[in-house]
Amino acid sequence: MPVMTIHSAGPGLTVQDLGRPGWKAQGLSTGGAADPLALLESAALLGVKPTGAVIEMMGFGGTFSVSEGTRIALTGAVMQADIDGDPLPHNATHFLPAGSKLTIRGAQKGVYGYLRLAGGILTEKIMDSRATHLTAGIGRRLRSGDELPIGPDKDRMRAPQKLPPADRFAGGMIRIMPGPQTDFFDQATQEAFCATQFRRSLRGNRQGIRLAHDNGSFGTTGGLTNVSDLIVPGDIQITGEGIPYILLAECQTIGGYPRIGSVIPADLPKIAQAAPGTSLNFKFLSVTDADATATSQDAALRALTKSCQPMIRDPHDIADLLGYQLISGATPGDDLERP
Amino acid sequence: MTANEHAPELLPLGVDGILVRFARTLTEEANTRALGFRNQVEDAAIAGVTEVASSLVSVRVGFDPQTTNRAAVTNALSALIKSHVIIDASPRRLWRIPAAFGAEFAPQLNEVAALAGLTPEQAIADIEAATVRVIAIGFAPGQPYLGMLPDHWDLPRQSELTDSLPRGALITAVRQLIIWAADAPTGWRHIGQTAFRVYLPETSTPFAFEPGDAVQFQGVSDTDFRAIQGNTDTNGGATCEVLR
Repeated sequence: MPVMTIHSAGPGLTVQDLGRPGWKAQGLSTGGAADPLALLESAALLGVKPTGAVIEMMGFGGTFSVSEGTRIALTGAVMQADIDGDPLPHNATHFLPAGSKLTIRGAQKGVYGYLRLAGGILTEKIMDSRATHLTAGIGRRLRSGDELPIGPDKDRMRAPQKLPPADRFAGGMIRIMPGPQTDFFDQATQEAFCATQFRRSLRGNRQGIRLAHDNGSFGTTGGLTNVSDLIVPGDIQITGEGIPYILLAECQTIGGYPRIGSVIPADLPKIAQAAPGTSLNFKFLSVTDADATATSQDAALRALTKSCQPMIRDPHDIADLLGYQLISGATPGDDLERP
Repeated sequence: MTANEHAPELLPLGVDGILVRFARTLTEEANTRALGFRNQVEDAAIAGVTEVASSLVSVRVGFDPQTTNRAAVTNALSALIKSHVIIDASPRRLWRIPAAFGAEFAPQLNEVAALAGLTPEQAIADIEAATVRVIAIGFAPGQPYLGMLPDHWDLPRQSELTDSLPRGALITAVRQLIIWAADAPTGWRHIGQTAFRVYLPETSTPFAFEPGDAVQFQGVSDTDFRAIQGNTDTNGGATCEVLR
């Protein structure tokens, strides 16, 4: 089986997929990629299923090589990357030849970058998923020297593709919907929350991010004792000190802090990708309007696939033009038989 | 009490979920109703419903917005609530789990017993005599909240957090027990030790407990407990009896 070798790993590298739905009752949150939209983008670009596993890179990338040439796609946070010094456009597919060195640097925009190989990462599935769930003790952070099994690229000749990235790296207005505890906060507190300019604080991880602001605190109406209740990603919980946290993929399934509302799934990638210091503010949608934004991963993938465009490289930009086989009729000979 | 006071609230929880909340504070009645309603919703197999999770006093019903919508699921849930079906809320399974209460395995037993107005021996006897239910699972995967112990066990959490506890620790607060599975600080007090793993991610049945299961603890000597710890053929010496 072909492998990918990680020669150097940034501190926040994990294997991720779309997670493990269906275990909330047993205390396990779905987990999976912090920015699932990036997984749909890379699946659309490569023409593969979105369920395959990828490398998630929080803040920093690493250097990688493969034992068998494969197409790759880089999506999510914008990270400067090159193959043996040849720079790679973001949100596009590239061919990574066997033995070449892929270098992915720090995030210039956003937080979570993703590296998808056409054949996916083929680590063992645990509970029907390959997603690392750090808080649940499933899998671990990747380290320098790790070798991961990868699937073969079954469509190596597919033309390179690019996709205009959905800009979700600059924060801004975030749409939230009411939840079961919104009315634990009085109207004035809800209005103050929506009038406040927040910043993503330094504290944040796959469980959630903390918000900073200069506008007092947002307490609940006095005297309410909260019983711990079910949580969903996107929920905005207010701690005892009045500090808001927005919960992400790896959140706990129940919690005791009151929640003022919930970021709609369509805007949650903007939260995951907000780097420390990014400005965020919030507005309530009605439940009906929030529900109207719900979309399935299948529908989102179809739309992204339609938006993909062939990537035509200018020969002037190719440093080692003569290194390419420019005239070729040679094929492995079994192209038509291959699945 | 009127029927209206008994009517649960149906509330949005995400664009693909409805929370059915039976109370705003924890009562045994609300918990029993939540556990029963979870079974009722699962049995009803409502079209488009993808997930039914219960917590202490509520049930979240997840649905697929592509195949159904909030109004349709709300109507189906309201019909179930109004149907007044008698729900068998008795436990489906009974777990019997060995636990050690020697000083080495129960560092705060004496303190807890004093707070509850008991001798340590009486405290152990209370725990052994209780049949507790899994009233919720959470905080860490598979970690059960077990209740309720007698009223004199209504002890607050300690304000100083304990940084870490061994897996399987039996801890208590607010008339409840937890078999600890998390890697986090806690304010609950450590009064015993099991060798039971609530979460086995690499197996085909990754979670031991279902909400509503009944649990009894059986005290064993420290020597017997060490033997149980060393035996990997069983899950901490526990047995599980199917009741219905």
